Amino acid sequence: MAKNIYEKIWERHVVHEEPGQDAILYIDRHYVHEVTSAQAFEGLRLAGRKVRRPERTFATMDHNIPTTGRSKPIEDPLSQQQVDTLEANCREFGVRCFDMNDPDNGIVHVIGPELGLTQPGMTIVCGDSHTATHGALGALAFGIGTSEVEHVLATQTLLQKKSKTMEVRLTGKLPRGVTSKDVILAIIGKIGTAGGTGYVIEYTGEAVRQMTMEQRLTMCNMTIEAGARAGLVSPDSITFEYLKGRKYLPDKPWDELVAGWSSWASDAGCTYDARVELDVSALEPQVTWGTSPGMVTGINGKTPVLAEIKNANARLAAEKALAYMGLPEGLPMTEVRPNVVYIGSCTNGRIEDLRDAARVAKGYKKAGGVDYVLIVPGSYRVKEQAEAEGLDKIFKSAGFEWREPGCSMCLAMNPDVLEPGDRCAATSNRNFEGRQGKGSRTHLVSPAMAAAAAIKGHFVDVRNWEFK
Amino acid sequence: MKPFTVLTGIVAPLEALNVDTDQIIPKQFLKRIERTGYEDFLFFDWRFREDGSLDPDFEMNAARYKGASILLTKDNFGCGSSREHAPWALDNYGFRCILAPSYADIFFNNCFNNGILPIVLPGGVIEQLFKEVRAKDGYQLTVDLPAQQIVKPNGSRIPFDVNLFKKECLINGWDQIGLTLRHEDKIAAFEKRR
Ligand code: SF4
Repeated sequence: MAKNIYEKIWERHVVHEEPGQDAILYIDRHYVHEVTSAQAFEGLRLAGRKVRRPERTFATMDHNIPTTGRSKPIEDPLSQQQVDTLEANCREFGVRCFDMNDPDNGIVHVIGPELGLTQPGMTIVCGDSHTATHGALGALAFGIGTSEVEHVLATQTLLQKKSKTMEVRLTGKLPRGVTSKDVILAIIGKIGTAGGTGYVIEYTGEAVRQMTMEQRLTMCNMTIEAGARAGLVSPDSITFEYLKGRKYLPDKPWDELVAGWSSWASDAGCTYDARVELDVSALEPQVTWGTSPGMVTGINGKTPVLAEIKNANARLAAEKALAYMGLPEGLPMTEVRPNVVYIGSCTNGRIEDLRDAARVAKGYKKAGGVDYVLIVPGSYRVKEQAEAEGLDKIFKSAGFEWREPGCSMCLAMNPDVLEPGDRCAATSNRNFEGRQGKGSRTHLVSPAMAAAAAIKGHFVDVRNWEFK
Repeated sequence: MKPFTVLTGIVAPLEALNVDTDQIIPKQFLKRIERTGYEDFLFFDWRFREDGSLDPDFEMNAARYKGASILLTKDNFGCGSSREHAPWALDNYGFRCILAPSYADIFFNNCFNNGILPIVLPGGVIEQLFKEVRAKDGYQLTVDLPAQQIVKPNGSRIPFDVNLFKKECLINGWDQIGLTLRHEDKIAAFEKRR
């Protein structure tokens, strides 16, 4: 029988199943970061347990770390303690840790694919909801809580119920200036932030096949914002090309690896529990206007008019969101003026994202109304590559700040925090109230859109950009 | 894990859609390395004013909801970040049970792993409960997990569904790692096979 990729991965990872109970699912890779792991390691210690498969476990520090320089200790003693705790735990339990100064350090969802740790057909978990990112390589990857982190550390398995599957078929060709970030924002706008709850999504269709690996990573990353825990793309030649030469690939002949990886792709004629279709050829660059990623419109759209929203709950939510965002009803998005721009995160902190932003910024200067622009690469490798291409110089001469890698202003646990009332054009994934700092306002956009807003001082349609 | 069997308690309303875990507990409180002591950080930005005093505009702050152990709320509760600090904060504050039309997946699982019972009820039932809670000071419900029923003050009952395995784990307060390790031989065999 024809199977989809989720069914294949699920079946080959079930260790044990009893009727009426969750299945025990084997976990191939476990990524760990400093914020969601301390209590799990402590649990192991209290129970006298070990990490069952340290060689399948990889840790990084990304959430708390400063982006201004790594030579001095972290100013916030609690952040320092969290980072130190991870380091000590990794030492005690024999886990490889990419610490703050390791050349392979970076945001967990950037370095996993980049180092070739993430491979097609794997089951991957991390105490982080954006683990969905890794699905772009055809792995079943999802976020878990800290109790589950402890469970995986101790048993290398997880108790799971099989999910339903949803096919999101993307037809048409992506117009120039429109990115996979715009696609995923449009999908969330269409199905809602709970539209994928209970499902694992597979992205299919010609538009997906044309996407680069990094574009797919961006799209899968935000699958969680649609409520689905995991988003996958069946592996193809683009996947294999991307993986070639990566550091942590198994030591096997290339043809053998590719043959193995290919076998995970969904079979022709397989079925799904639900199906959504989106024609991307008519899509425009997207901008969020509210406090939930589903509160989104095209760049030529406007903030909503409350009287036009029929559902009472949705109207209430929109009213609250507009008040929080300090925006009137019916305002064209091109009149929204951010005073801060942040380009980075596990959604859009990769080299192609920085190239997109640099292409727009080249030859321009940041607008007067924009206080500062942070460019935060997703990893040291991304940073190094960007510098080799001279992107840092383009950013600096535009008046942007070029930072060290990390999560930075995506969730503002480190010193990169917005002030109350700040309005930020951000390439990250969440525009929740206070996400980037108490009272801060976030508009989610693609890297090119963010760079364009930094130059013009308000959102513009980057499809009409005059490149220099 | 703390077992959950039958709970009788005050119900506190939280009238908001898509309450994300950043709202349940903001990031500045995720730096601690303990599992307890999060009660004062729950709904921090909503509960407290700039000067640290309770915000009277936040409904749950009203004296009548003091000591509440059941949270009544709306769709897609717990969306966003996977932080288990969210159920820790709810638990530390005193909530043992949540009633909502729907939840985000990761949060839903995290609750069960912390002895909190998240119950899914139809939107209409939730709306009705909001009315009743507000109409009567000290409104209490009894949540009977073994019987899978919620008992209202007037004695009427609302049945609910729950994953039977999770129900058993909650009632017995089972440690899931211990449960899984009973199958250690199967894990070892699986590892050998591949
Ligand atoms: S960049 Fe943001 S979303 Fe991604 S892992 Fe870091 S904090 Fe989480």
